[in-house]
Amino acid sequence: MADQLLEFAQQLINGLAQGSIYALIALGYTMVFGVLRFINFAHGDVFMLGAFAGLYTAPKLLALFGGGPSLPGATAVLLVAMLICAAIGILIEKLCYRPLRDRPRLTVLITAIGVSLFLENAGQYAFGVDPQSFPEIIVDRAIEIPETWGAISALTITIGQILVVGVTLFLLLVLRFVVLHTRLGMAMRALSFNPVAASLMGVNTDVVISFTFGLGSALAGAAGILTSIQQPSIDPLMGINIGLKAFVAAVLGGIGNIPGAALGGILIGVLEALVVGYINPTYRDALVFAVLILILIVKPSGLLGKTEREKV
Amino acid sequence: MATFRPLLLAGALFLPIVLPTSAQDIPIGEFASLTGGAASFGQSSHKGTELAIEEINASGGVLGKKLRLITEDDQSQAGQPATIVRKLISQDKVVAILGEVASSRSLEAAPICQQNKIPMITPASTNPKVTEVGDYIFRICFIDPFQGTVMSKFAQSKGWKKIAVLTDVKQDYSVGLSEFFIKDFTASGGQIVKEQKFSSGDKDFKPQLTSLKAARPDAIFIPGYYAEVALIAKQARLLGIKVPLLGGDGWVGDSLLKVAGNSLDGCYLSCHFSADDKSPKTTEFVAKYQAKYGEIPDDMAALGYDSAMILAEAIKRAGTTEPQQLRDAIAATKDHAGITGTITLDAARNASKPAVILTIDKGGFQFVETVKP
Repeated sequence: MADQLLEFAQQLINGLAQGSIYALIALGYTMVFGVLRFINFAHGDVFMLGAFAGLYTAPKLLALFGGGPSLPGATAVLLVAMLICAAIGILIEKLCYRPLRDRPRLTVLITAIGVSLFLENAGQYAFGVDPQSFPEIIVDRAIEIPETWGAISALTITIGQILVVGVTLFLLLVLRFVVLHTRLGMAMRALSFNPVAASLMGVNTDVVISFTFGLGSALAGAAGILTSIQQPSIDPLMGINIGLKAFVAAVLGGIGNIPGAALGGILIGVLEALVVGYINPTYRDALVFAVLILILIVKPSGLLGKTEREKV
Repeated sequence: MATFRPLLLAGALFLPIVLPTSAQDIPIGEFASLTGGAASFGQSSHKGTELAIEEINASGGVLGKKLRLITEDDQSQAGQPATIVRKLISQDKVVAILGEVASSRSLEAAPICQQNKIPMITPASTNPKVTEVGDYIFRICFIDPFQGTVMSKFAQSKGWKKIAVLTDVKQDYSVGLSEFFIKDFTASGGQIVKEQKFSSGDKDFKPQLTSLKAARPDAIFIPGYYAEVALIAKQARLLGIKVPLLGGDGWVGDSLLKVAGNSLDGCYLSCHFSADDKSPKTTEFVAKYQAKYGEIPDDMAALGYDSAMILAEAIKRAGTTEPQQLRDAIAATKDHAGITGTITLDAARNASKPAVILTIDKGGFQFVETVKP
């Protein structure tokens, strides 16, 4: 019995770590939806670009901090990847979506699919098609739980898992602060309530939209690095599946709702781990999309997307 | 100007149809996963095939004509092989088809080749179903029952009694290997303590590994492909799974050891060929391959080479590229001295040949033993 309980606890830990990644990416979907009311399907590919930004900058950044894997080195890689992704996100919006802002929303949506395909194929051309090994920026090892803790000592928690959950939590708090307590955050909220009224009140919509894209893309970049620490094999198509699942997470939590996206991501991650561990791993993807269909039928506004929502 | 346009257009349309039917050379079709998840396999088998065709042409070709290799990329994607092979047969008028490495994709192409009565030789698809499609489908590698059984016998010889199995359910190859491993292992009194599954393309295997760990096996059999196996090995070690991992020829890929690091030290796999082999034929092949591509050939390169050589030899023996006679000539292949061992095709159009067991140590493959059929 104790064995089964431990296995269950271990699956929850696994799910929480994977779910945190979905949560980070889901935030980008939800924020863009909040201000522009469209799904940025290229978001999953920005996540991929984050991983590759890490791949190419890591050797130089790690050298600044003594060469080997280290916490300051990993932090630098994370921050640089976030910056690069933020810049890419802003650029994508400026070049591809801004010229279409007054067109029907479907036009922008299809453009987003085009941007996604472009990034995937340009990525295959630029980075090569083979999976590449991501450099070790921090030593990912299991943390020993002392024997004296009894049965729990059989649980394994890895540094990567703690980092993922910790960094996600930290970024969520930062995001919450930005949205609730800064002028730009207030402008974002204003824009999501009523774009016309916001611009009449003197909100510079272009700046706010750029900022939203930058913020969301930075979070996707962070997710790219955090994933690569745990699963050090990256390829130009890695963003497709994970992007779709994060999108489902955003819808599950209530698209446009920030805490909802985080909750949705973690729920999807845990659900996946349990299905894989106890039912049948082949149902992993099917389940995620079944959740999407179910939530759209039962509660289209999502788990947290009710009245008084804090849209961004 | 406007009046010329239809003419030009007609010319452009006409051109690709005319070219392939020129009688100057013999068109051979190849479909391979040059990009996508199994790109390492496709690239290797393609390079091996290309090298063989070049050698044949350099020594005068066959039947007084040069062989012309037409290669198409299936992007490691289901659905692509069918389209590509149809194109090779109907547009390029190829006399035979070489490919693929992955059984799932060979199984897609095989019925089309069979229908059109164009002989197909797969270099490395080990799932039995591939050649069962019909009498025009051949393979020059051993099959899953043999490979699965070899690993089961090997596990028994190590004294392991409890084995857990982790299968890639998206790949016929993996499903086949697991099936025959389990059959032989349980028939010999061993115990399969847990079976788990994953799908190609997965990156997070911690849930499956957690469940396998709880079963406390002596070793874990993972007949997957290199991309996933590297991550599985890494995550298994992180979760505190210390037992050896066992696998098949699908492990041999460029990025396996780069990604897995030392996580695979002390693990074992069965495969077709070892570049460490010191026989003159192998050394010569390794040297030529290295001179051309600047890398050491792997299993798939050696098999690709052998597949093209067997086809060329059969065309020579048949004295024609007429499908029926070419088919009969391929079927009659006997004691062909290939890079991957002496190859004889049996009545079921499968190759009967030895397997090699390798171990991984300090980031390199090392030869353990050869197992004869």
